[in-house]
Amino acid sequence: MKETFYDKIFKPKTYTLENGKEVKQRASRVPLIIVLLVIAMYLSFQATDSDLSLIFTRGYQFFVILIAMFPPNFNYISNIWEPLFDTIQMSLLGSVAGAILAIPLALLSSGNVIRNRFVNGLFKFVLSIMRTLPTLIMALIATFVFGLGTMAGTTAIFLFTMSYIGKLMYEHIENVDMGAFEAHESMGLTKIQAFRYAIVPDVLPTYLSVSLYAFEGNIRYAAILGYVGAGGIGLVLDERLGWRDYPSVAMVLLVLMIVVFIIERISEYFRRKLT
Amino acid sequence: MNSSIQKQLNEAPNHMLYFSTIAAILLALLIWSIAGVNYTGVEDRGLEFAGNIIKGILTPDLEFLFDFTKQGVPYLLFETIAIAFLGTIFGSLLAIPISFLMAPSVVGEPISFITRLFVIFVRTIPSLVYGIMLIRVTGPGAYAGVLTMSITSIGMISKLYVDVIENLDRGVLEAMTSMGCTTYEKIRYGILPQLFSSFLSTTIYRFDMNLRDATILGLVGAGGIGAPLIFAMNAYRWNEVGSILIGLVVLILLVEVLSNKLRARLVSGER
Repeated sequence: MKETFYDKIFKPKTYTLENGKEVKQRASRVPLIIVLLVIAMYLSFQATDSDLSLIFTRGYQFFVILIAMFPPNFNYISNIWEPLFDTIQMSLLGSVAGAILAIPLALLSSGNVIRNRFVNGLFKFVLSIMRTLPTLIMALIATFVFGLGTMAGTTAIFLFTMSYIGKLMYEHIENVDMGAFEAHESMGLTKIQAFRYAIVPDVLPTYLSVSLYAFEGNIRYAAILGYVGAGGIGLVLDERLGWRDYPSVAMVLLVLMIVVFIIERISEYFRRKLT
Repeated sequence: MNSSIQKQLNEAPNHMLYFSTIAAILLALLIWSIAGVNYTGVEDRGLEFAGNIIKGILTPDLEFLFDFTKQGVPYLLFETIAIAFLGTIFGSLLAIPISFLMAPSVVGEPISFITRLFVIFVRTIPSLVYGIMLIRVTGPGAYAGVLTMSITSIGMISKLYVDVIENLDRGVLEAMTSMGCTTYEKIRYGILPQLFSSFLSTTIYRFDMNLRDATILGLVGAGGIGAPLIFAMNAYRWNEVGSILIGLVVLILLVEVLSNKLRARLVSGER
Protein backbone atom coordinates (compact mmCIF):
# COMPACT_ATOMS: atom_id res chain seq x y z
CA MET A 1 0.00 0.00 0.00
CA LYS A 2 1.39 3.36 -0.96
CA GLU A 3 1.12 5.95 1.76
CA THR A 4 -0.40 9.19 0.57
CA PHE A 5 -0.34 12.52 2.34
CA TYR A 6 -3.76 11.82 3.86
CA ASP A 7 -2.56 8.51 5.33
CA LYS A 8 0.23 10.26 7.20
CA ILE A 9 -2.23 12.42 9.10
CA PHE A 10 -4.92 9.82 9.67
CA LYS A 11 -3.03 6.63 10.40
CA PRO A 12 -4.39 3.49 8.72
CA LYS A 13 -5.76 0.80 11.00
CA THR A 14 -3.54 -2.26 11.26
CA TYR A 15 -4.95 -5.76 11.61
CA THR A 16 -2.82 -8.80 12.44
CA LEU A 17 -4.06 -11.91 10.68
CA GLU A 18 -3.87 -15.43 12.17
CA ASN A 19 -0.78 -16.23 10.14
CA GLY A 20 0.99 -13.23 11.62
CA LYS A 21 0.69 -11.09 8.51
CA GLU A 22 -0.14 -7.43 8.97
CA VAL A 23 -2.83 -5.82 6.87
CA LYS A 24 -3.55 -2.10 6.84
CA GLN A 25 -6.93 -0.55 6.22
CA ARG A 26 -6.94 3.06 5.12
CA ALA A 27 -8.80 5.48 7.31
CA SER A 28 -12.07 6.44 5.67
CA ARG A 29 -11.93 9.54 3.51
CA VAL A 30 -15.62 10.21 4.02
CA PRO A 31 -15.12 12.76 6.87
CA LEU A 32 -12.76 14.83 4.72
CA ILE A 33 -15.17 14.75 1.79
CA ILE A 34 -18.08 15.76 4.02
CA VAL A 35 -16.11 18.67 5.46
CA LEU A 36 -15.19 19.84 1.95
CA LEU A 37 -18.80 19.51 0.81
CA VAL A 38 -20.09 21.50 3.77
CA ILE A 39 -17.56 24.27 3.12
CA ALA A 40 -18.49 24.34 -0.57
CA MET A 41 -22.19 24.47 0.28
CA TYR A 42 -21.66 27.27 2.77
CA LEU A 43 -19.73 29.31 0.21
CA SER A 44 -22.37 28.63 -2.43
CA PHE A 45 -25.16 29.69 -0.11
CA GLN A 46 -23.27 32.92 0.52
CA ALA A 47 -22.57 33.56 -3.14
CA THR A 48 -26.13 32.95 -4.29
CA ASP A 49 -27.91 34.56 -1.32
CA SER A 50 -29.89 31.36 -0.94
CA ASP A 51 -32.38 31.33 1.88
CA LEU A 52 -34.29 28.11 2.31
CA SER A 53 -36.98 29.65 4.50
CA LEU A 54 -38.14 31.65 1.47
CA ILE A 55 -39.41 28.44 -0.11
CA PHE A 56 -41.81 27.93 2.77
CA THR A 57 -42.94 31.52 3.10
CA ARG A 58 -43.21 32.39 -0.56
CA GLY A 59 -43.21 28.99 -2.25
CA TYR A 60 -46.88 29.31 -3.18
CA GLN A 61 -45.88 32.04 -5.65
CA PHE A 62 -44.39 29.31 -7.83
CA PHE A 63 -47.83 27.88 -8.40
CA VAL A 64 -49.43 31.20 -9.29
CA ILE A 65 -48.35 30.94 -12.93
CA LEU A 66 -48.88 27.20 -12.99
CA ILE A 67 -52.48 27.59 -11.86
CA ALA A 68 -53.06 30.48 -14.24
CA MET A 69 -52.14 28.07 -17.03
CA PHE A 70 -55.27 26.01 -16.56
CA PRO A 71 -57.26 25.40 -18.58
CA PRO A 72 -54.90 25.63 -21.59
CA ASN A 73 -56.09 27.83 -24.42
CA PHE A 74 -56.82 25.23 -27.10
CA ASN A 75 -57.77 27.84 -29.66
CA TYR A 76 -54.21 29.05 -29.67
CA ILE A 77 -53.04 25.87 -31.37
CA SER A 78 -53.53 27.34 -34.85
CA ASN A 79 -50.75 29.83 -34.07
CA ILE A 80 -48.39 27.11 -32.88
CA TRP A 81 -48.08 24.90 -35.97
CA GLU A 82 -45.81 27.17 -37.95
CA PRO A 83 -43.20 27.88 -35.27
CA LEU A 84 -43.39 24.24 -34.23
CA PHE A 85 -42.52 23.08 -37.75
CA ASP A 86 -39.80 25.73 -37.82
CA THR A 87 -38.35 24.19 -34.69
CA ILE A 88 -38.44 20.68 -36.13
CA GLN A 89 -36.95 21.84 -39.42
CA MET A 90 -34.20 23.77 -37.64
CA SER A 91 -33.17 20.83 -35.51
CA LEU A 92 -33.45 18.30 -38.34
CA LEU A 93 -31.36 20.33 -40.77
CA GLY A 94 -28.87 21.36 -38.10
CA SER A 95 -28.51 17.79 -36.83
CA VAL A 96 -28.08 16.20 -40.27
CA ALA A 97 -25.59 18.80 -41.47
CA GLY A 98 -23.74 18.61 -38.16
CA ALA A 99 -23.66 14.82 -38.20
CA ILE A 100 -22.28 14.72 -41.74
CA LEU A 101 -19.58 17.32 -41.12
CA ALA A 102 -18.66 15.61 -37.86
CA ILE A 103 -17.24 12.66 -39.83
CA PRO A 104 -14.24 14.46 -41.37
CA LEU A 105 -13.61 16.29 -38.10
CA ALA A 106 -13.68 13.02 -36.14
CA LEU A 107 -11.33 11.37 -38.63
CA LEU A 108 -8.92 14.30 -38.48
CA SER A 109 -8.95 14.11 -34.67
CA SER A 110 -8.34 10.37 -34.43
CA GLY A 111 -4.74 9.46 -33.87
CA ASN A 112 -5.05 6.07 -35.53
CA VAL A 113 -6.42 7.39 -38.84
CA ILE A 114 -4.42 10.56 -39.39
CA ARG A 115 -1.02 9.96 -37.91
CA ASN A 116 -0.14 13.56 -37.26
CA ARG A 117 -0.16 14.64 -33.66
CA PHE A 118 -0.36 18.31 -34.46
CA VAL A 119 -3.44 17.92 -36.69
CA ASN A 120 -5.15 15.63 -34.13
CA GLY A 121 -4.50 18.01 -31.28
CA LEU A 122 -5.65 21.04 -33.23
CA PHE A 123 -8.98 19.51 -34.24
CA LYS A 124 -9.59 18.04 -30.79
CA PHE A 125 -9.01 21.47 -29.32
CA VAL A 126 -11.41 23.11 -31.80
CA LEU A 127 -14.07 20.48 -31.06
CA SER A 128 -13.83 20.94 -27.29
CA ILE A 129 -14.03 24.71 -27.50
CA MET A 130 -17.10 24.56 -29.73
CA ARG A 131 -18.73 22.07 -27.39
CA THR A 132 -18.05 24.25 -24.38
CA LEU A 133 -19.93 27.28 -25.61
CA PRO A 134 -23.57 26.98 -24.56
CA THR A 135 -25.94 26.59 -27.52
CA LEU A 136 -27.88 29.67 -26.58
CA ILE A 137 -24.76 31.83 -26.65
CA MET A 138 -23.87 30.42 -30.07
CA ALA A 139 -27.39 31.22 -31.24
CA LEU A 140 -27.00 34.73 -29.93
CA ILE A 141 -23.78 35.19 -31.87
CA ALA A 142 -25.47 33.65 -34.93
CA THR A 143 -28.32 36.16 -34.74
CA PHE A 144 -25.73 38.93 -34.96
CA VAL A 145 -24.32 37.36 -38.11
CA PHE A 146 -27.41 36.03 -39.89
CA GLY A 147 -30.05 38.30 -38.47
CA LEU A 148 -33.09 37.14 -36.51
CA GLY A 149 -34.74 33.98 -37.76
CA THR A 150 -34.42 30.26 -38.23
CA MET A 151 -31.06 30.49 -39.99
CA ALA A 152 -29.39 31.59 -36.78
CA GLY A 153 -30.97 28.74 -34.83
CA THR A 154 -29.98 26.20 -37.45
CA THR A 155 -26.39 27.43 -37.36
CA ALA A 156 -26.22 27.15 -33.57
CA ILE A 157 -27.65 23.63 -33.62
CA PHE A 158 -25.36 22.67 -36.48
CA LEU A 159 -22.23 23.81 -34.65
CA PHE A 160 -23.21 22.15 -31.41
CA THR A 161 -24.17 18.84 -33.08
CA MET A 162 -20.96 18.79 -35.07
CA SER A 163 -18.78 19.20 -32.01
CA TYR A 164 -20.81 16.77 -29.89
CA ILE A 165 -20.89 13.95 -32.45
CA GLY A 166 -17.33 14.71 -33.52
CA LYS A 167 -16.04 14.21 -29.99
CA LEU A 168 -17.95 11.00 -29.33
CA MET A 169 -16.92 9.58 -32.70
CA TYR A 170 -13.21 10.25 -32.41
CA GLU A 171 -13.26 8.64 -28.99
CA HIS A 172 -14.92 5.61 -30.55
CA ILE A 173 -12.67 5.50 -33.62
CA GLU A 174 -9.55 5.72 -31.48
CA ASN A 175 -10.72 2.67 -29.54
CA VAL A 176 -11.49 0.59 -32.62
CA ASP A 177 -9.57 -2.66 -32.85
CA MET A 178 -7.06 -1.97 -35.63
CA GLY A 179 -6.32 -5.69 -36.06
CA ALA A 180 -9.09 -6.16 -38.61
CA PHE A 181 -7.84 -3.14 -40.55
CA GLU A 182 -4.30 -4.49 -40.65
CA ALA A 183 -5.57 -7.93 -41.67
CA HIS A 184 -7.48 -6.43 -44.58
CA GLU A 185 -4.45 -4.44 -45.63
CA SER A 186 -2.20 -7.48 -45.50
CA MET A 187 -4.67 -9.29 -47.75
CA GLY A 188 -3.96 -6.67 -50.39
CA LEU A 189 -6.83 -4.22 -49.94
CA THR A 190 -6.11 -0.55 -50.31
CA LYS A 191 -6.31 1.71 -47.25
CA ILE A 192 -9.72 3.00 -48.26
CA GLN A 193 -11.10 -0.47 -48.89
CA ALA A 194 -9.72 -1.69 -45.58
CA PHE A 195 -11.31 1.28 -43.87
CA ARG A 196 -14.62 0.53 -45.58
CA TYR A 197 -14.72 -3.12 -44.52
CA ALA A 198 -12.90 -3.06 -41.18
CA ILE A 199 -13.69 0.24 -39.47
CA VAL A 200 -17.01 1.39 -40.93
CA PRO A 201 -19.11 -1.61 -39.81
CA ASP A 202 -17.71 -1.18 -36.30
CA VAL A 203 -18.33 2.55 -36.08
CA LEU A 204 -21.55 2.97 -38.07
CA PRO A 205 -24.12 1.77 -35.47
CA THR A 206 -22.63 4.06 -32.81
CA TYR A 207 -22.56 6.93 -35.25
CA LEU A 208 -26.23 6.55 -36.18
CA SER A 209 -27.25 6.05 -32.58
CA VAL A 210 -25.32 9.11 -31.39
CA SER A 211 -26.78 11.18 -34.24
CA LEU A 212 -30.32 10.18 -33.31
CA TYR A 213 -29.63 11.02 -29.70
CA ALA A 214 -28.25 14.41 -30.68
CA PHE A 215 -31.32 15.11 -32.79
CA GLU A 216 -33.55 14.22 -29.85
CA GLY A 217 -31.71 16.64 -27.60
CA ASN A 218 -31.65 19.31 -30.29
CA ILE A 219 -35.45 19.45 -30.42
CA ARG A 220 -35.35 20.43 -26.78
CA TYR A 221 -32.66 23.02 -27.36
CA ALA A 222 -34.39 24.37 -30.46
CA ALA A 223 -37.43 25.03 -28.32
CA ILE A 224 -35.60 27.65 -26.26
CA LEU A 225 -33.55 29.22 -29.04
CA GLY A 226 -36.42 31.59 -29.74
CA TYR A 227 -35.44 33.50 -26.62
CA VAL A 228 -32.56 35.13 -28.43
CA GLY A 229 -34.61 35.59 -31.58
CA ALA A 230 -33.28 32.52 -33.35
CA GLY A 231 -36.69 31.39 -34.54
CA GLY A 232 -38.92 28.48 -33.67
CA ILE A 233 -41.40 27.77 -30.93
CA GLY A 234 -39.35 29.59 -28.29
CA LEU A 235 -40.28 32.84 -30.02
CA VAL A 236 -43.99 32.21 -29.41
CA LEU A 237 -43.29 31.00 -25.90
CA ASP A 238 -41.33 34.11 -25.07
CA GLU A 239 -43.96 36.38 -26.60
CA ARG A 240 -46.87 34.75 -24.75
CA LEU A 241 -44.93 34.82 -21.47
CA GLY A 242 -44.26 38.48 -22.06
CA TRP A 243 -47.99 39.11 -22.48
CA ARG A 244 -48.68 36.99 -19.38
CA ASP A 245 -51.04 34.94 -21.54
CA TYR A 246 -50.48 31.80 -19.47
CA PRO A 247 -53.24 29.60 -20.95
CA SER A 248 -51.55 29.96 -24.35
CA VAL A 249 -48.18 29.27 -22.75
CA ALA A 250 -49.65 26.07 -21.39
CA MET A 251 -50.85 25.12 -24.87
CA VAL A 252 -47.38 25.71 -26.34
CA LEU A 253 -45.82 23.60 -23.59
CA LEU A 254 -48.38 20.85 -24.10
CA VAL A 255 -47.74 20.64 -27.84
CA LEU A 256 -44.00 20.72 -27.23
CA MET A 257 -44.31 17.92 -24.72
CA ILE A 258 -46.25 15.71 -27.13
CA VAL A 259 -43.80 16.33 -29.97
CA VAL A 260 -40.76 15.68 -27.79
CA PHE A 261 -42.39 12.53 -26.45
CA ILE A 262 -43.15 11.17 -29.94
CA ILE A 263 -39.68 11.98 -31.27
CA GLU A 264 -38.05 10.42 -28.23
CA ARG A 265 -40.08 7.24 -28.71
CA ILE A 266 -39.14 6.98 -32.40
CA SER A 267 -35.50 7.68 -31.72
CA GLU A 268 -35.41 5.22 -28.80
CA TYR A 269 -36.97 2.52 -31.00
CA PHE A 270 -34.30 2.90 -33.68
CA ARG A 271 -31.46 3.24 -31.19
CA ARG A 272 -32.50 -0.02 -29.54
CA LYS A 273 -32.50 -1.67 -32.95
CA LEU A 274 -29.01 -0.40 -33.64
CA THR A 275 -27.43 -1.91 -30.55
CA MET B 1 -18.08 -19.81 -54.92
CA ASN B 2 -18.81 -22.57 -52.46
CA SER B 3 -22.45 -23.59 -52.89
CA SER B 4 -23.22 -23.65 -49.16
CA ILE B 5 -21.92 -20.11 -48.79
CA GLN B 6 -24.03 -19.07 -51.77
CA LYS B 7 -27.07 -20.68 -50.10
CA GLN B 8 -26.39 -18.92 -46.83
CA LEU B 9 -26.02 -15.63 -48.67
CA ASN B 10 -29.38 -16.07 -50.39
CA GLU B 11 -31.03 -16.91 -47.10
CA ALA B 12 -29.84 -13.75 -45.42
CA PRO B 13 -32.81 -11.42 -44.86
CA ASN B 14 -33.00 -8.66 -47.41
CA HIS B 15 -33.22 -5.27 -45.72
CA MET B 16 -33.00 -3.29 -48.92
CA LEU B 17 -36.66 -2.26 -48.97
CA TYR B 18 -36.63 -1.35 -45.28
CA PHE B 19 -33.49 0.76 -45.56
CA SER B 20 -34.57 2.48 -48.74
CA THR B 21 -37.94 3.37 -47.20
CA ILE B 22 -36.23 4.94 -44.21
CA ALA B 23 -33.75 6.72 -46.44
CA ALA B 24 -36.58 8.06 -48.63
CA ILE B 25 -38.54 9.34 -45.61
CA LEU B 26 -35.42 10.96 -44.20
CA LEU B 27 -34.61 12.59 -47.53
CA ALA B 28 -38.15 13.93 -47.90
CA LEU B 29 -38.00 15.37 -44.36
CA LEU B 30 -34.63 16.91 -45.12
CA ILE B 31 -35.87 18.59 -48.30
CA TRP B 32 -38.86 19.86 -46.36
CA SER B 33 -36.48 21.31 -43.75
CA ILE B 34 -34.20 22.94 -46.29
CA ALA B 35 -37.23 24.56 -47.87
CA GLY B 36 -38.44 25.66 -44.44
CA VAL B 37 -35.31 27.27 -43.07
CA ASN B 38 -35.24 30.56 -44.84
CA TYR B 39 -31.73 31.60 -45.62
CA THR B 40 -31.95 35.33 -45.54
CA GLY B 41 -28.33 35.86 -46.35
CA VAL B 42 -25.72 37.32 -44.08
CA GLU B 43 -26.73 40.55 -42.40
CA ASP B 44 -25.17 43.66 -43.88
CA ARG B 45 -22.87 44.02 -40.93
CA GLY B 46 -22.88 40.30 -40.09
CA LEU B 47 -19.33 39.56 -41.12
CA GLU B 48 -18.17 42.64 -39.32
CA PHE B 49 -19.80 41.29 -36.15
CA ALA B 50 -18.19 37.90 -36.62
CA GLY B 51 -14.84 39.58 -37.08
CA ASN B 52 -15.41 41.73 -34.01
CA ILE B 53 -16.24 38.72 -31.87
CA ILE B 54 -13.08 36.95 -32.96
CA LYS B 55 -11.08 40.13 -32.42
CA GLY B 56 -12.67 40.46 -28.97
CA ILE B 57 -11.65 36.93 -28.03
CA LEU B 58 -8.11 37.48 -29.25
CA THR B 59 -7.79 40.80 -27.41
CA PRO B 60 -9.80 40.27 -24.23
CA ASP B 61 -10.32 42.95 -21.65
CA LEU B 62 -7.56 41.69 -19.33
CA GLU B 63 -8.45 44.06 -16.52
CA PHE B 64 -11.99 42.65 -16.49
CA LEU B 65 -10.71 39.06 -16.80
CA PHE B 66 -8.48 39.35 -13.72
CA ASP B 67 -10.67 41.69 -11.70
CA PHE B 68 -11.17 39.93 -8.39
CA THR B 69 -13.91 42.23 -7.11
CA LYS B 70 -17.59 41.43 -7.34
CA GLN B 71 -17.83 42.81 -10.88
CA GLY B 72 -14.96 40.81 -12.35
CA VAL B 73 -15.02 37.61 -14.37
CA PRO B 74 -13.60 35.39 -11.59
CA TYR B 75 -16.40 36.31 -9.18
CA LEU B 76 -19.07 35.91 -11.85
CA LEU B 77 -17.69 32.47 -12.67
CA PHE B 78 -17.63 31.62 -8.98
CA GLU B 79 -21.28 32.64 -8.71
CA THR B 80 -22.11 30.45 -11.71
CA ILE B 81 -20.31 27.50 -10.11
CA ALA B 82 -22.20 28.10 -6.87
CA ILE B 83 -25.53 28.09 -8.72
CA ALA B 84 -24.69 24.87 -10.53
CA PHE B 85 -23.32 23.24 -7.39
CA LEU B 86 -26.29 23.97 -5.12
CA GLY B 87 -28.71 23.21 -7.94
CA THR B 88 -27.10 19.83 -8.50
CA ILE B 89 -27.15 18.98 -4.79
CA PHE B 90 -30.82 19.92 -4.34
CA GLY B 91 -31.76 18.28 -7.63
CA SER B 92 -30.07 15.00 -6.80
CA LEU B 93 -31.62 14.94 -3.32
CA LEU B 94 -35.06 15.49 -4.87
CA ALA B 95 -34.33 12.85 -7.48
CA ILE B 96 -33.72 10.08 -4.93
CA PRO B 97 -37.36 9.61 -3.79
CA ILE B 98 -38.62 10.24 -7.34
CA SER B 99 -36.32 7.62 -8.79
CA PHE B 100 -37.51 5.02 -6.28
CA LEU B 101 -41.09 5.88 -7.22
CA MET B 102 -40.12 5.43 -10.87
CA ALA B 103 -38.68 1.94 -10.41
CA PRO B 104 -41.29 -0.73 -11.25
CA SER B 105 -39.45 -3.30 -9.14
CA VAL B 106 -39.89 -1.13 -6.03
CA VAL B 107 -43.42 0.33 -6.29
CA GLY B 108 -45.09 -1.70 -9.03
CA GLU B 109 -46.17 -0.81 -12.55
CA PRO B 110 -49.04 1.70 -12.06
CA ILE B 111 -47.26 4.09 -9.69
CA SER B 112 -44.06 3.86 -11.71
CA PHE B 113 -45.95 4.77 -14.88
CA ILE B 114 -47.60 7.81 -13.28
CA THR B 115 -44.27 9.01 -11.89
CA ARG B 116 -42.64 8.58 -15.30
CA LEU B 117 -45.35 10.72 -16.92
CA PHE B 118 -44.82 13.34 -14.24
CA VAL B 119 -41.08 13.40 -14.87
CA ILE B 120 -41.60 13.78 -18.64
CA PHE B 121 -43.85 16.71 -17.83
CA VAL B 122 -41.23 18.29 -15.57
CA ARG B 123 -38.43 17.66 -18.06
CA THR B 124 -40.05 19.24 -21.12
CA ILE B 125 -40.72 22.66 -19.65
CA PRO B 126 -37.71 24.76 -20.71
CA SER B 127 -35.49 25.99 -17.90
CA LEU B 128 -36.19 29.60 -18.79
CA VAL B 129 -39.90 29.11 -18.05
CA TYR B 130 -39.03 27.76 -14.61
CA GLY B 131 -36.77 30.72 -14.17
CA ILE B 132 -39.67 33.11 -14.74
CA MET B 133 -41.91 31.16 -12.36
CA LEU B 134 -39.29 31.01 -9.63
CA ILE B 135 -38.33 34.66 -9.81
CA ARG B 136 -41.77 35.30 -8.35
CA VAL B 137 -40.71 33.29 -5.30
CA THR B 138 -37.21 34.63 -4.72
CA GLY B 139 -36.96 37.83 -6.68
CA PRO B 140 -34.34 38.17 -9.42
CA GLY B 141 -30.90 36.87 -8.56
CA ALA B 142 -28.78 33.81 -8.19
CA TYR B 143 -31.18 32.08 -5.80
CA ALA B 144 -33.81 31.79 -8.54
CA GLY B 145 -31.11 30.17 -10.65
CA VAL B 146 -30.36 27.65 -7.92
CA LEU B 147 -34.01 26.61 -7.67
CA THR B 148 -34.34 26.43 -11.46
CA MET B 149 -31.30 24.19 -11.69
CA SER B 150 -32.71 21.94 -8.97
CA ILE B 151 -35.93 21.38 -10.90
CA THR B 152 -34.37 20.95 -14.32
CA SER B 153 -31.83 18.47 -12.96
CA ILE B 154 -34.47 16.12 -11.61
CA GLY B 155 -35.45 14.65 -14.98
CA MET B 156 -32.11 13.34 -16.15
CA ILE B 157 -30.76 12.41 -12.73
CA SER B 158 -33.79 10.35 -11.77
CA LYS B 159 -33.79 8.62 -15.16
CA LEU B 160 -30.20 7.51 -14.65
CA TYR B 161 -30.81 6.62 -10.98
CA VAL B 162 -33.66 4.33 -11.96
CA ASP B 163 -31.39 2.34 -14.28
CA VAL B 164 -29.04 1.75 -11.35
CA ILE B 165 -31.87 0.74 -9.02
CA GLU B 166 -33.33 -1.64 -11.59
CA ASN B 167 -29.94 -3.26 -12.18
CA LEU B 168 -29.22 -3.93 -8.48
CA ASP B 169 -27.63 -7.31 -7.94
CA ARG B 170 -30.29 -9.13 -5.94
CA GLY B 171 -28.02 -12.11 -5.30
CA VAL B 172 -26.18 -10.10 -2.68
CA LEU B 173 -29.41 -9.43 -0.78
CA GLU B 174 -30.44 -13.08 -0.94
CA ALA B 175 -27.05 -14.13 0.37
CA MET B 176 -27.38 -11.66 3.24
CA THR B 177 -30.88 -12.88 4.07
CA SER B 178 -29.60 -16.44 4.20
CA MET B 179 -26.85 -15.29 6.56
CA GLY B 180 -29.49 -13.82 8.86
CA CYS B 181 -28.76 -10.12 8.37
CA THR B 182 -31.28 -7.58 9.60
CA THR B 183 -33.05 -5.17 7.22
CA TYR B 184 -30.78 -2.34 8.34
CA GLU B 185 -27.68 -4.38 7.64
CA LYS B 186 -29.05 -5.40 4.25
CA ILE B 187 -29.62 -1.78 3.27
CA ARG B 188 -26.32 -0.56 4.71
CA TYR B 189 -24.03 -3.29 3.36
CA GLY B 190 -26.09 -4.75 0.53
CA ILE B 191 -27.82 -1.87 -1.22
CA LEU B 192 -25.99 1.36 -0.40
CA PRO B 193 -22.54 0.30 -1.63
CA GLN B 194 -24.10 -0.77 -4.93
CA LEU B 195 -26.03 2.47 -5.39
CA PHE B 196 -23.65 5.01 -3.95
CA SER B 197 -20.86 5.17 -6.49
CA SER B 198 -23.21 5.11 -9.49
CA PHE B 199 -25.42 7.80 -7.96
CA LEU B 200 -22.40 9.94 -7.21
CA SER B 201 -21.05 9.50 -10.72
CA THR B 202 -24.40 10.56 -12.21
CA THR B 203 -24.50 13.58 -9.93
CA ILE B 204 -21.01 14.70 -10.91
CA TYR B 205 -21.92 14.31 -14.57
CA ARG B 206 -25.01 16.43 -14.05
CA PHE B 207 -22.95 19.11 -12.30
CA ASP B 208 -20.86 19.29 -15.44
CA MET B 209 -24.02 19.84 -17.51
CA ASN B 210 -25.57 22.28 -15.05
CA LEU B 211 -22.51 24.46 -15.21
CA ARG B 212 -23.13 24.85 -18.94
CA ASP B 213 -26.83 25.50 -18.46
CA ALA B 214 -26.26 27.95 -15.61
CA THR B 215 -24.69 30.31 -18.10
CA ILE B 216 -27.99 30.88 -19.87
CA LEU B 217 -30.09 31.62 -16.79
CA GLY B 218 -28.94 35.21 -16.92
CA LEU B 219 -31.39 35.71 -19.81
CA VAL B 220 -34.33 35.80 -17.43
CA GLY B 221 -32.47 37.51 -14.60
CA ALA B 222 -31.69 34.37 -12.62
CA GLY B 223 -28.06 35.18 -11.93
CA GLY B 224 -24.80 33.77 -13.19
CA ILE B 225 -22.46 34.97 -15.88
CA GLY B 226 -25.12 34.94 -18.62
CA ALA B 227 -26.52 38.39 -17.90
CA PRO B 228 -23.21 40.32 -18.11
CA LEU B 229 -22.39 38.40 -21.29
CA ILE B 230 -25.63 39.39 -22.97
CA PHE B 231 -25.38 42.99 -21.82
CA ALA B 232 -21.86 43.17 -23.18
CA MET B 233 -22.98 41.72 -26.49
CA ASN B 234 -25.92 44.03 -26.89
CA ALA B 235 -23.69 47.00 -26.12
CA TYR B 236 -21.07 45.73 -28.63
CA ARG B 237 -18.36 45.65 -25.97
CA TRP B 238 -16.54 42.82 -27.71
CA ASN B 239 -13.45 42.84 -25.50
CA GLU B 240 -15.63 42.15 -22.47
CA VAL B 241 -17.47 39.45 -24.43
CA GLY B 242 -14.08 37.95 -25.23
CA SER B 243 -12.93 37.87 -21.61
CA ILE B 244 -16.19 36.30 -20.43
CA LEU B 245 -16.08 33.65 -23.14
CA ILE B 246 -12.45 32.84 -22.37
CA GLY B 247 -13.24 32.49 -18.66
CA LEU B 248 -16.22 30.30 -19.44
CA VAL B 249 -14.39 27.99 -21.82
CA VAL B 250 -11.45 27.52 -19.45
CA LEU B 251 -13.74 26.84 -16.50
CA ILE B 252 -15.93 24.34 -18.33
CA LEU B 253 -12.97 22.49 -19.80
CA LEU B 254 -11.33 22.29 -16.35
CA VAL B 255 -14.48 20.98 -14.71
CA GLU B 256 -14.95 18.47 -17.51
CA VAL B 257 -11.46 17.06 -17.12
CA LEU B 258 -11.88 16.86 -13.33
CA SER B 259 -15.31 15.27 -13.55
CA ASN B 260 -14.09 12.67 -16.07
CA LYS B 261 -11.19 11.77 -13.77
CA LEU B 262 -13.42 11.51 -10.70
CA ARG B 263 -16.02 9.44 -12.51
CA ALA B 264 -13.45 7.06 -13.96
CA ARG B 265 -12.16 6.55 -10.43
CA LEU B 266 -15.65 5.95 -9.05
CA VAL B 267 -16.46 3.39 -11.73
CA SER B 268 -13.19 1.46 -11.53
CA GLY B 269 -13.00 1.85 -7.74
CA GLU B 270 -9.31 2.67 -7.79
CA ARG B 271 -7.68 5.23 -5.62
